[in-house]
Amino acid sequence: MIEFHSVTKRFPDGTLAVEDFSLVLPSRKTTVFVGSSGCGKTTLLRMINRMIDPTSGSIAIDGVDIASGSAVALRRSIGYVMQNSGLLPHRRVIDNVATVPLLKGVKKADAHAQAMELLDTVGLDRVLAYRYPSQLSGGQQQRVGVARGLAVNPNILLMDEPFGAVDPIVRDDLQQELLRLQHDLDKTVVFVTHDIDEAFLLGDQVVILEKGAQIAQVGTPKEILANPASDFVASFIGADRGKRRLAVDSSVARSGDDVVLVDGAGYVAGVIEAPGGVLPGAGAGVNTDSLARSVSNKTDQAGDA
Amino acid sequence: MNLFLDALNFLFDPANLAGSNGILSRLVDHLWYTGLSMAVAVVIGIPLGLLVGHTGRGRNAVVAVSSAARALPTLGLIFLIILYTGLGVGPLIVVLVILAVPPLLAGAYSGLEAVNRQTIDAARAIGMTEWQILLKVEMPLAMPLIFGGIRSATLQVIATATIAGYVGLTGLGRFLIEGLALRDYKLALAGAILVIALALCVDAILALAQRLVVPHGVARGLTRHTDESAAPTPRQHGRVSPAPSNP
Repeated sequence: MIEFHSVTKRFPDGTLAVEDFSLVLPSRKTTVFVGSSGCGKTTLLRMINRMIDPTSGSIAIDGVDIASGSAVALRRSIGYVMQNSGLLPHRRVIDNVATVPLLKGVKKADAHAQAMELLDTVGLDRVLAYRYPSQLSGGQQQRVGVARGLAVNPNILLMDEPFGAVDPIVRDDLQQELLRLQHDLDKTVVFVTHDIDEAFLLGDQVVILEKGAQIAQVGTPKEILANPASDFVASFIGADRGKRRLAVDSSVARSGDDVVLVDGAGYVAGVIEAPGGVLPGAGAGVNTDSLARSVSNKTDQAGDA
Repeated sequence: MNLFLDALNFLFDPANLAGSNGILSRLVDHLWYTGLSMAVAVVIGIPLGLLVGHTGRGRNAVVAVSSAARALPTLGLIFLIILYTGLGVGPLIVVLVILAVPPLLAGAYSGLEAVNRQTIDAARAIGMTEWQILLKVEMPLAMPLIFGGIRSATLQVIATATIAGYVGLTGLGRFLIEGLALRDYKLALAGAILVIALALCVDAILALAQRLVVPHGVARGLTRHTDESAAPTPRQHGRVSPAPSNP
């Protein structure tokens, strides 16, 4: 459990990055800080491993104030994964993964053996262990970054926009991989992103932040989607533009048992199963054709208004 | 051309090799002056350069002082020092150190400055101490430039150590100065050839050493890919609030 107690951070240049922030991040859950650039989300993350010290307030991990021990020891007990992997370019993949265990005095053979297992864990071929980071693709580098973050078997994993610099297909892959890892490993993950879809996909608890790390809303993705707390949240998650409100599109001829869904602006959002033309959960006799009619009427009216 | 052949004849005449005024003895002296000056200069210049590069403090002062030092006329300086201290190896070493420190400093601090800030930030974030960052991340990555400074300083010192001949010391410069004084130009040319050959040999040896010292991943120029693909980072965070060092 990570607790923020009225944490404020003012940088020497006067920027108030975080103002009076209080929140509890539950253990063994993924908490996602999401917000636009400059909202202070990365500052919040970096205060957990004391890369940034708060100007006032305190942070506690499992009830112990993090400022009480040494910063280096704290950082070695927390996994950290950053954008662009942050791997050491002059060390091979395996040495990168084993860096922190070696610093902590683990024997080289043991550290390397464990690093090899971690490569398996994050879905990397062991052949890559003896390459240099620059010989890997961006997605592979991020996987190595995750493996390095897990190398000390930390309870807490901090992830600072780890998938921000890879292409969408690889990002998708990495997100699924992280969900699988989290399912197996059960870490307390703190994840920072500006992508609300990523936040909803990965987060057990999603924290939407405004400038100065002011909490706009905290909740599960479902709670936030169902009840945006403010216009800001509605706009941020796209609810105000109808992006989250899906409807069956009647203009597309149905093939098979899937029907096409469109969002409020009329863009195609995906398909939904409707065996025999009946939507699951819709009461017997509700036919997609009539449903589509009523929904499309509604959007037409909205368009006219 | 005759002069050149005469000089070569002098160099390859075994009679000129041995003895206290022979080529070997003067070569050893020349190497001794060079080695001693470089040792002192490395002890002063590299740590200072690393300190400036790691902390980013005092950069302007270092640049100013080292450019001023580069502009000092070595020959004038050595006579000035001799006026105060008298003849000896001391004044020679002092001027050679003054000559060698600026390129060493420049190599060390520019090498550290060239290391990707994100790499350093990551090293700190995973729990390296400031010393470990310096020794295991910054220095290996800066090694090509640090070594470049060492090579360039060594060459300058070897070339300039010829002035030892002017101030009553030996070294290969002795042939040059004796040759000029006696209007024995083949001797002067032979001395010049010896200094050039020595400089080239030493540089070749250092080039080999550089390949051994520079880490594999850096030497292959493979760092560029990750460095350039790196998006601009919130650099201020690392800069503004450096982690408390805990060596």
